[in-house]
Amino acid sequence: MENFENILERSKMLSFDLNFEYARNWKSKEASRVILGYTPIYFPREIVHAVNGLSVGIFGSGDRKQIIKGDAFYQSYICHIPRGIIEMVLDGNMKSFDGFVFPSICDVMRNLSGIFKIQKKGKFVKYLDYPQNFNPEIGGTFYIQEMKHILEYIFEINNVKLTTENLNNSIRLFNKNRQLIKAIYDLRREFPWRITYEELYHIIRAGTVITVEEHNEMLEGVLDFLNNEKGEPLDKIKVIIYGAFCEQPPVGLIKTIELAGCYIIDDDLVLGSRWIQGDIKDDTDDPLKALSEAYLKNSTFSSSMYDVNNPKGERLVKLAKDSKADGIIFAAPSFCDPALLDIPQLQQACDKHDIRHIMFQFSENTGQFKVIKEQVGAFSDSIKLWV
Amino acid sequence: MSQEVSKEKSMILQKEMIGGLLDDLSITKETGKKVVYTFVPGNLSELIRAFDMLPVYPEINALQSGMRKISGNYIRDAEKAGHFEDVCTYVKCDIGMMINGNIGPTGKKLPDPDLLLLSYTGCFTFMKWFENLERIYPGVPVAMLHTPYQENGKITPEMTQYMVKQLKEDVIPKMEKVSGKKFDESKLKQTLAESVKVEDLIVKIFDTTKNRPSPIDAYFAGVYYIGPINIGFRGTPEAVTYYEELYKEILYRVENKLGPITPEGEVDEKIRLVVEGPPNWTSFREFWKLFYDHGAVIVSSSYTKVGGVYDTGFRHDPERPLETLGEYCMHCYTNLNLPQRIELLSKSIKDYHADGILVNSIKSCNSFSAGQLIMMREIEEKLEIPVGFIESDLVDPRYFSYSNIKNRLDSFFQMLNQRKTISN
Ligand code: SF4
Ligand code: SF4
Repeated sequence: MENFENILERSKMLSFDLNFEYARNWKSKEASRVILGYTPIYFPREIVHAVNGLSVGIFGSGDRKQIIKGDAFYQSYICHIPRGIIEMVLDGNMKSFDGFVFPSICDVMRNLSGIFKIQKKGKFVKYLDYPQNFNPEIGGTFYIQEMKHILEYIFEINNVKLTTENLNNSIRLFNKNRQLIKAIYDLRREFPWRITYEELYHIIRAGTVITVEEHNEMLEGVLDFLNNEKGEPLDKIKVIIYGAFCEQPPVGLIKTIELAGCYIIDDDLVLGSRWIQGDIKDDTDDPLKALSEAYLKNSTFSSSMYDVNNPKGERLVKLAKDSKADGIIFAAPSFCDPALLDIPQLQQACDKHDIRHIMFQFSENTGQFKVIKEQVGAFSDSIKLWV
Repeated sequence: MSQEVSKEKSMILQKEMIGGLLDDLSITKETGKKVVYTFVPGNLSELIRAFDMLPVYPEINALQSGMRKISGNYIRDAEKAGHFEDVCTYVKCDIGMMINGNIGPTGKKLPDPDLLLLSYTGCFTFMKWFENLERIYPGVPVAMLHTPYQENGKITPEMTQYMVKQLKEDVIPKMEKVSGKKFDESKLKQTLAESVKVEDLIVKIFDTTKNRPSPIDAYFAGVYYIGPINIGFRGTPEAVTYYEELYKEILYRVENKLGPITPEGEVDEKIRLVVEGPPNWTSFREFWKLFYDHGAVIVSSSYTKVGGVYDTGFRHDPERPLETLGEYCMHCYTNLNLPQRIELLSKSIKDYHADGILVNSIKSCNSFSAGQLIMMREIEEKLEIPVGFIESDLVDPRYFSYSNIKNRLDSFFQMLNQRKTISN
């Protein structure tokens, strides 16, 4: 098993390799391999894995790339993430990608898929319309067709046909991946001092750019370390950060929150990796249906999903209570309609249940954290005074 | 003289129709009529009528608040209640209006919804908006109609099937329950047959801008013309009468080579433009004046297609009532992908002999705005036509900067005039 320090080092490098070298190398080893890039939040990577493909998460360029061309595509009042994505694709960072999938989460991402079409990027560009109808016969059938559409595109490229056996096998591997991530989160909820949230973030994010087999090995190594490492707790409060499911906060901001007296014990940053709650059936005759049902019935809550029968405010409150969080930090990208339209409702739910919270907005390339540090510090101090 | 009289006739008809709806809404307690809150893009007017229910359109309330200059206060109140600055101001205006007693344009309280019909065509914010409304009106049933996006530039049979199933198994049963009436397909078919007439007429009306001078302004006046078809009258004999009358009046203008009417009289057409993006409502008159003062006439606009794109041939088909409702929703302007939007705008520029295209980029509306810059560049390159760009907002007066917009428009018009002089 790889040693923990190496895992940390490698995941840090992988999660911010904006040239996606790992994927490029992986693809070069076999002619029928394909790379599919996908934007947040969730994408059923299993289907691509089953047909000899690698799905690679595209989270924008963060604060690691100067934006020149991207700004010419967006007005000042639109969030930052699509600018970085455009910059990368125009600079050739994703040249080895065969196709791009834009899961339906907001109008900006939806229209970004159109920009990719206009720019003729990749061999295919697919806007993946998730059903907002959760009846398996209605929304489920539609979602299966959407997945098949992607498989057809891939088949045209590599001639690899989907088999039940292969897809069940892929589901099994991703189930394992989710189990390991959950075990790490569960353990860290109890003992957050054993690894920092920054380290955890890199580890999870790295999993979106490498094979699931390799990520599973990595996670086993992390779990082994967490089980053995003891360490000493510091006087910090436990918080959940919520609202950054798409554009990611800069790592400096994450560090700032931790340094200002918080342990981040849950989050929605790379939520796609934990989107499906529990295992997906891996032994059926119709694994696409199994994937679809998991999406319809076992998805986590998010701003991109219609929630009327299952309000997300209550679900967030339950998460906070179950994980014994001391408070919630709402951190949303500036100009992000889905997050910003949701947060007032979530704040109300928190107030109703006496859960303390603060809120700030960020941009993926924010460079100054002084104000946030003071705000979070005051928040953490006030909670410490009360508990 | 005669033209003024006949012009007034269509306006009177429109006023009567809308006034009648508002009156009906104010007496629902007495009549027992059920009220459906829904949206313009992808509106299921014919289906609502088939159940004898009355529609309320939150975004129409918002735009009217904008025109009556009270949206600023509503938005402030919504922000005071915790809503953030940088989100769609239609939503905040609506929430602010509810905080202030939900008083409609007639000064009377609008009735609460009996059904929230969420068909969120072409915009995600609609979904968020209704999640908010659902919390304001707890217990009111929500019928969701998810319209798939034309991501690949076409409507597949699977997409239509998905919509039909939602209508059959979710939307219609909820409407039956709320209205207490059984779904009557033949009634729906009759209504749809009237819709076709209205759709034919609206296409003919907007097609008259091919004339020189254009007899109408397809943006500033166009937003009035689309009122009845968009807010629940599509499919009614009154709407057929209204559009017939309007068409007649416009043909009169064509025959007499008259330009568009504005609040200050007739425009002497000098510049012909296509406009992409919604208008600003809070300073609508001032905004319009900036155009007609320069003789700029809008010969086509994408905004008048938000409630349905009919000029590429779509018509409701009474023989396939549910399929056609689904296809209608998928055909609305913001449900088209960016290459389709470029195609449609380019066609308008060519068909209506526009001298340039102007983008009014709306801060509130990512559905329209995200991608507009590349659309502009593509059109500019493809058609070698001047492109102008301004920024404003729908109903937030803080984002209407008169001097900025004026400066930009002045230089744009100057450039267009120079170009015309050179090419003549
Ligand atoms: S940050 Fe928000 S608005 Fe921007 S693309 Fe992501 S979800 Fe959409
Ligand atoms: S974002 Fe645009 S289309 Fe959507 S509700 Fe707001 S103004 Fe309407």
